[in-house]
Amino acid sequence: MRDTSVFAPWATVRAFFQRLRPEEGRRKSNVWSWFIFILGMIYFFLPLYATFVFSLKMIKDRYTFEAYKVAFQDPNFFSHFGYSVLWAILTIVISLLLIVPTAYWVHWRTPRLRPVVEFITLMPFVVPAVVLTFGLIRAYGSPPIVLIGSPALLIAGYVTLSLPYMFRAVDTGLRSIDVRTLTEAALSLGAGWRVILTQVIFPNLRVAILSGVFLTFAIVMGEFTFASLLAWPAFGPYMEEIGAMRAYTPQALSVVSFLLTWGSIGLLQLVSRGAGQEQIAGAH
Amino acid sequence: MSVPNTKNRTIGDAPRARPQTPSAKLPQFILDWAGLAPFFLFALAFLFIPSFSIFVRSFQANDGSFTLNNIVALFTQRDIINAYKTSLQISAITAVGGALFGFLLAQAVILGGLPRNLRTFLLTFSGVASNFAGVPLAFAFVATMGNAGLVTGWIEAIFDLDLRQMGFSIYRMTGLSIVYMYFQFPLMVLIMAPALDGLRREWREACENLGGSTLHYWRYVALPILLPSLLGTTILLFGNAFGAYATAYAFSGSFINLVTILIGAQIQGDVLYNPGLGNALALGMIVIMSITMLGYTIMQRRAARWVR
Repeated sequence: MRDTSVFAPWATVRAFFQRLRPEEGRRKSNVWSWFIFILGMIYFFLPLYATFVFSLKMIKDRYTFEAYKVAFQDPNFFSHFGYSVLWAILTIVISLLLIVPTAYWVHWRTPRLRPVVEFITLMPFVVPAVVLTFGLIRAYGSPPIVLIGSPALLIAGYVTLSLPYMFRAVDTGLRSIDVRTLTEAALSLGAGWRVILTQVIFPNLRVAILSGVFLTFAIVMGEFTFASLLAWPAFGPYMEEIGAMRAYTPQALSVVSFLLTWGSIGLLQLVSRGAGQEQIAGAH
Repeated sequence: MSVPNTKNRTIGDAPRARPQTPSAKLPQFILDWAGLAPFFLFALAFLFIPSFSIFVRSFQANDGSFTLNNIVALFTQRDIINAYKTSLQISAITAVGGALFGFLLAQAVILGGLPRNLRTFLLTFSGVASNFAGVPLAFAFVATMGNAGLVTGWIEAIFDLDLRQMGFSIYRMTGLSIVYMYFQFPLMVLIMAPALDGLRREWREACENLGGSTLHYWRYVALPILLPSLLGTTILLFGNAFGAYATAYAFSGSFINLVTILIGAQIQGDVLYNPGLGNALALGMIVIMSITMLGYTIMQRRAARWVR
């Protein structure tokens, strides 16, 4: 041992670092993780902060809520917002009527057809909103079938947009319950189809349906493409119009819209906690 | 749905026998499809007929006769080629950028040893951010890096510049890419999080027991497993950006020549002076998006191999 005394200090140093290394390594990766995380948070929050500050600067050299006052005093704000709420409700109702029985039927009767149905619900990712609008106008703008004057095309577009989210949500919900046993139990107790759907299946799917509903609501409320190109009043085109006319109110509306999205998704997360649901992006 | 399924309904007390008679087979088959009829009819009317009409009209001249001129024009007309080029470029840039940063962020939060509640926070926030798009997102970035924006003000104050006089405009490709990233990388985080969770501790331990370093682990174990998810999601992000219209329209208006913007303009008035060409333009988008989704599906299948 003694004859290695020359290297003793080096050995001690090495031993010291060896003992330290795992921890050192972890700390380093921790610093890196924090760096990335903080970078991400800056990118997330800076635009939101900037928007909020900008919306307060309507009166020179002072921070006021003047822009919000102006925004809310415009009677058009409420009418367009109201229209969007109406479109959202119609979309949700039709989407539910279409998706819940279909998903239920797929689970109970025709599991073979599930990939087909799922593929169709994913079509909005293949046909972007602007292309679908184009197709809808071309297909239903001239005889034999004219639907241009009615909101049918708008709602149809929105329902299409909601298909992936709605189907995913309901499908996940149905997977967690034993559809076959429940249905057969209900049938053997003499229940009709309406009773089965409304009193057996629906209550079991409440959470799944709610998450689909909130997401659809958030998407329709801010949607711009369909409403603008089909020329129907809605919150999205209204915001765009204000953006072209005024300076500070658009940012105030932006904050309102963000709170709306945040509220819907927040409720969704609250409702579907633990359901393992993940959502894919909306209408850009 | 009030399907008159009298076959299974119990009449009286005794349940019917389970096995069905062979003669019931054919109505059964029809009934199975009948239950899905409303859904298929909806899809037919509002997805397939419009898409099909785009397809058919792409090959029609103004007088209704068959022609390939519209398709040829897609590859020869300057402004159309440029629109496709810009759209493809911006989609590729934001897909790769969003995928890289989104992956790093997801990795930092899930495997980087950060407090667990940060992870919940990030996932919730990603859910919101990936849905916060369109017009309000455009306004948010105008307030951030527009002419009177917060960050613009900071940069001008720090470096004592007048960016506008220098001919710098954010309402072009670079600026729009930064905006798109806002909904791109949260989507990456959302999709990569479960994949990263799927990496098992045993794999890392096995690698370490065999004498592998962290580098070895990532190079030979984790990345090969994650590669299909990574590539698949990048492709998805590409499609996500390629189909975007509202954000670009509200942010750049007509400053930037994207395919979606051109189609929107064609809807509002026949700017190409050729309805058939407009259809061909839309058909081109459908084709590119179909390829994108096909790639994504293939990658998802491969990724699913490791998920249990």
